[in-house]
Amino acid sequence: MKLQLDQGLVRECREAAGKIAGEVQFLLEQKSTVAVERAVLRLLGINGAAADVPLANLVVESIALRGELGLGAAYWLGNACKQLGLSPEGVAAAAAAGDLDLLALPRLEPRALRPYLAELAAPGLEEIRANRRRRQHLQEQYKMGPPPLLYVIVATGDIVQDIPQAQAAAQQGADIIAVIRTTGQSLLDYVPDGITREGFGGTYATQANFRLMRRALDETSEELGRYIMLVNYCSGLCMPEIAALGALERLDMMLNDALYGILFRDINMQRTLIDQNFSRVINAYGGIIINTGEDNYLTTADAVAEAHTVTASQFINERLALAAGLSPWQMGLGHAFEIDPELEDGLIMEIAQAQLARQLFPAAPLKYMPPTKHMTGDIFKGYLQNGLFNLASVLTGQGIHLLGMLTEAIHTPFLHDRFLALENARYIMNSARHLGDELEIVPGGRLEKRGREVLEKTGALLSEVAEIGLFTALEKGLFAQVKRPRDGGKGLEGVFTKGNQYCNPFMETMQAELEGGFFEND
Amino acid sequence: MTEEKWVKAYGDALDDGAVQVSFTLPLEAGPQAKAAAARLAKSMGLDPAEVVHMAAQGKGFSFFVVYGRSSHQVDLNSLVVAEPELEEMDFYEINDYIRDKIGRKLNVVAACTGTDAHTVGIDAIMNMKGYRGEYGLERYPWLNAYNLGSQVDNTILVAQALRLRADAILVSQVVTQREVHIPNLTRLVELLEAEGLRSSVVLVAGGPRISHQLAVELGYDAGFGVGTTPRQVASFIAKEVAARRASPRV
Repeated sequence: MKLQLDQGLVRECREAAGKIAGEVQFLLEQKSTVAVERAVLRLLGINGAAADVPLANLVVESIALRGELGLGAAYWLGNACKQLGLSPEGVAAAAAAGDLDLLALPRLEPRALRPYLAELAAPGLEEIRANRRRRQHLQEQYKMGPPPLLYVIVATGDIVQDIPQAQAAAQQGADIIAVIRTTGQSLLDYVPDGITREGFGGTYATQANFRLMRRALDETSEELGRYIMLVNYCSGLCMPEIAALGALERLDMMLNDALYGILFRDINMQRTLIDQNFSRVINAYGGIIINTGEDNYLTTADAVAEAHTVTASQFINERLALAAGLSPWQMGLGHAFEIDPELEDGLIMEIAQAQLARQLFPAAPLKYMPPTKHMTGDIFKGYLQNGLFNLASVLTGQGIHLLGMLTEAIHTPFLHDRFLALENARYIMNSARHLGDELEIVPGGRLEKRGREVLEKTGALLSEVAEIGLFTALEKGLFAQVKRPRDGGKGLEGVFTKGNQYCNPFMETMQAELEGGFFEND
Repeated sequence: MTEEKWVKAYGDALDDGAVQVSFTLPLEAGPQAKAAAARLAKSMGLDPAEVVHMAAQGKGFSFFVVYGRSSHQVDLNSLVVAEPELEEMDFYEINDYIRDKIGRKLNVVAACTGTDAHTVGIDAIMNMKGYRGEYGLERYPWLNAYNLGSQVDNTILVAQALRLRADAILVSQVVTQREVHIPNLTRLVELLEAEGLRSSVVLVAGGPRISHQLAVELGYDAGFGVGTTPRQVASFIAKEVAARRASPRV
């Protein structure tokens, strides 16, 4: 099954997206943020908290307050470690306790300190590489099912309750488990510490929670002989820190999309694009698949009229991801099944959109999102809507398939809501596994016309954005019909310009190894 | 005394009481779990009750579909039904009504408050494009509609309502896990009262688990649940503002 597409136009879309991403990349490489620096500290092994405030925050804030962050947090840590003979964690603890003033020590020449910073970074880097190897090993041992991989969410608010729910979902047939975060965590400028048992609409993302769930799902993988992937949300104000913790605790997938945060969480665009870049470098290095959030555009904008904004954003996200070192197999570009079910031939348009995405990004494991906007509380109709979504997904070979819940718009899923969703998907996907191979799209028919129309509009939008730049496009509300000012939103105060001697040893080594093809055989 | 008027659930004959329920038990699927499900259904008032489907849902959980005849019945004449008093108008009628009866544009401020990040509800009512083929409030020429988005703190909502001289405030609450919406909705009423604003705005709550009755109990003027269309909300606001002008509250 294939759409005949204008390949010249596809090339033009990629070129325009490349220009857009290139400009963004140039701007953000001059800057860093408090979240990036905290992620550096986390990777140096500084993961505790003092009186519930994470050490990473205490240290970065103390440096930032005195305007000395331009060298990067790693410099100050390294400077102290070298002179005092302490570990990074020891230095951070002493600084947090008030026993040590990092900025009062003699300042070693930054350039001369670089090799030492690289040494300090080595164990963190090795831990991430070891997790990547371990994942590969486990995935060879415990094969995953054929795509579309079935993705479900658990969200009790209590990690202890989440675990049996996640294990039950895996036993019921889920391939991927996301522990959705507590509502509002994206706006916290710190990552809470320790195991948490209270949250609303989700569970806090913490390193301890990641570890508990990973261990539980490893047990389940072994029991089922099938590797179960774990997902969390690398978005909001702590994007790079969550990436660091995810890489250290062997998560497999991360929602990781600055555009989503800008549009739907009103996070400042400069802040989150800078944060995104480092978080994507970490995800690239850790062998983690990212999911982007284009699907959300269609929850506010009309899914028929604005479908091209999704495709345009996928092109931009692809270029930004490549610039951060992600390989195509790590790009779970997002889209959704959100057309009004009352619309005649709506299914044709859904299939056209899904097939278009499939053909434009052939190596990406596309992330396909279920109907939410037009779910009504009529669970019987909702179950059928999800059935059509499942059919469109298997027909067009989507990669990561988030299961629709028949009780969407009623409550956070019950155990059997997930069970019924898995039954629905398994039935349809098994029954129609190779249907796409047996069908041809009528040339010039409705489906092909729709695919071409979306591609043409995508081309026009991308050339407009390439002309004015991404920041201006966001100010004008070209995506999701949401307008965001360049200097508005949350988190701008955490952005700073790097000094000439700035050093982030993790970024440097990761980028060098990614560019050097260190992981080419993966 | 009014005459009693009893009603039972209907399957395919009057008063057969037929209902279907489905639920999970934290038990391994098996004869014991099935017996437990049947007993539970009976305790719910289903007699006879038939467990038509049992399925294992991973370790330690089983899923049931049960059909049964419910012995319960309801006297319709004993019910007190709380519904917003609604004479629904269409898009044009509402705009004409505001123009003729009020004579100025009404300011409507909407937000999803607290930690709730789900904007589906508020967007369905507010967005230009609307919902189910009906224009949202942003499209109404006689309304100035301001959608403040999600995760809006109650204090900020009140400050914005003051600044924008709100005639009506719409609050959406989608996340209701562990009843988090109740204190949040209550807090807004308290803040508005503290600012002396409560009586001058039409206060409306909406969301999947918001009923009119609940909203009124919490001190709101109306509550709207799932499936509400923008025009129902706009009709209510227009009529309510006009009514208050006719007989101002003290």
